[in-house]
Amino acid sequence: MKKVVYGLLILLAVIHQDVWWWDNGELVFGFMPLGLFYHSLYSCMAAAVWAMAVKWAWPGDIEQWAESGDEAGGEQ
Amino acid sequence: MSSITPLIALGQVAEPASRTPLVIIGIYMCVLFGLGWISSRLFRGSSKDFFVASHSIGPFMLLMSVFGTTMTAFALVGSTGKAFSLGIGVYGLMASSSGLIHAACFFLVGIRMWSFGKKYGYVTQIQFFRDRFESKKLGYLLFPILAGLIIPYLLVGLIGAGTYIGGVTRGMFPGTFAAGAVPGWLTSLVICGVVLFYVFSGGVRSAVWANTFQTIVFMIMGLVGFIVIAKGIGGLAEASEMTRQHAPEKLVREGLMTPAHFMSYMLVPLSVGMFPHLFQHWLTAKSAKAFRLTVIAHPLCIMIVWVPCILIGIWGAGLFADGSLFVPKLPNGEPNANAVLSMMVKKFMVNPVLIGLFSAGVLAAIMSSLDSQFVCVGSMFTNDFALPLFGSERFSDTQKVWLGRGFIVFIVVITYVISIFKPMSVFNLGIWCFSGFSALFPIAFAAVYWKRVTTAGVFASVIATAVTWALFIHDALGRAAGEQWFGVKAHGEYLIAGVMPVAFICLASVVALVGVSLATKPPTSETIDKFFPAKG
Repeated sequence: MKKVVYGLLILLAVIHQDVWWWDNGELVFGFMPLGLFYHSLYSCMAAAVWAMAVKWAWPGDIEQWAESGDEAGGEQ
Repeated sequence: MSSITPLIALGQVAEPASRTPLVIIGIYMCVLFGLGWISSRLFRGSSKDFFVASHSIGPFMLLMSVFGTTMTAFALVGSTGKAFSLGIGVYGLMASSSGLIHAACFFLVGIRMWSFGKKYGYVTQIQFFRDRFESKKLGYLLFPILAGLIIPYLLVGLIGAGTYIGGVTRGMFPGTFAAGAVPGWLTSLVICGVVLFYVFSGGVRSAVWANTFQTIVFMIMGLVGFIVIAKGIGGLAEASEMTRQHAPEKLVREGLMTPAHFMSYMLVPLSVGMFPHLFQHWLTAKSAKAFRLTVIAHPLCIMIVWVPCILIGIWGAGLFADGSLFVPKLPNGEPNANAVLSMMVKKFMVNPVLIGLFSAGVLAAIMSSLDSQFVCVGSMFTNDFALPLFGSERFSDTQKVWLGRGFIVFIVVITYVISIFKPMSVFNLGIWCFSGFSALFPIAFAAVYWKRVTTAGVFASVIATAVTWALFIHDALGRAAGEQWFGVKAHGEYLIAGVMPVAFICLASVVALVGVSLATKPPTSETIDKFFPAKG
């Protein structure tokens, strides 16, 4: 699953470059320019993929290591 | 009266306006004073509490403080103004890309940085870098560069606040101030004073509390303002139709930006991985799990704030082209894009109480970044400059807090003076500032993922970034139009070979980092073991 998540993140980076409707000024729902609508959906997709990352690619080992003891005693 | 009317039309004087919005803003400032006072009661008096809130912040407050910190005048005033000039593409340039890149920085770098801060007790980013790269001198190089890059970021807030309040208060003080508007210097003075008060009261804990409160305020008021402005124009569909008729180019990207230009902007949000004030917010987290909500919700929070701003910006462009929106002009004759939001509010919000509440929301967005940046420069001065130079044992814990406070005042005074004498586009100033931080991001990434990175490589990368950034900013802003050495200006953007300068600054940084690291001695095994713990 971890690899799928990283694959989806790369895919997100690619589909951000939506050259296919660069000059399309159509209004979605009568007020939302298509390019803006797409990128709003993109924000939602990003949140969904990050939710998958949190579930399936969470760096639990790092978390455990950090919680395992305070070596500096707290003050630097 | 008849002699004043033409001047009103020209924007040199304004019609008398109610001062109720200022009263509302004043009440809001008092609430912040109260919040500062309450959080000061919880301040434990130690430098650790002042600088990282004793690692006690939970998921919701972490989300609100991190999001509030990344959204400044750049997000509200700047994005509206930039959409007024460049159209809907501005959302893709900064907002949707940030949903991916910011969260990636939190997930891939932030959690690891938090773990090192927790484990080894770091308070600032430079402390971590000094240890990771085995060099005390690196701190002395990074400190002025990071502090210097924060100044333009602070300027974004002060200039944005000044321009916004100047626009929205037009006509409130006829005969006292030009166009009857509260001048920028006075707005900046007041917000600096308020933020300094609550930051001094309780350090980063106050900043987190205030950020949480202010982020909620600006998100709610932003949406309310958007609905009111849309209704004022005649509805969502009518507002966009107006733009389609009078400024159709703002509904597309063709002619205003190229795909290469658009793509190169994706490097700009990498800056959050290197913001020292964000590093400090990461360290306030109670546990790594506190990051989960921030990683997931950050793209959605950006969308909630940016989509309305972009729509207001393109609607403003349509109304301006139609001649039904007045936007004050800059000395060069161009409309002042920073003033578009305040002019839209002024025109379409008729209820002065609502104007006051919306304006408090705009100031909330600005102040929620200023507070973190103020605390951060104080932390860096104390922990990365004064203590390493004079010795930690020389100062008591209280003196350390006061050292930080003193430096904060010093930086605020410098920024304040610059904001009065050198106003410029909030969006462009923000982009230059973010570009510098973005180019330093490879260092942060290499610090947590690349064992082979060396001290010399990091020095080379920092120097390459500083030199290319200074060269390009001089070329873009310090030279007369048409006399640039490297790039060209188009639609208010400075592009080199068709892409943003950040692409070349990042390239210089990465080449220097990788090239010099591979050519120099690897770090010691003690350092590798310390920062790359064995799994399991």
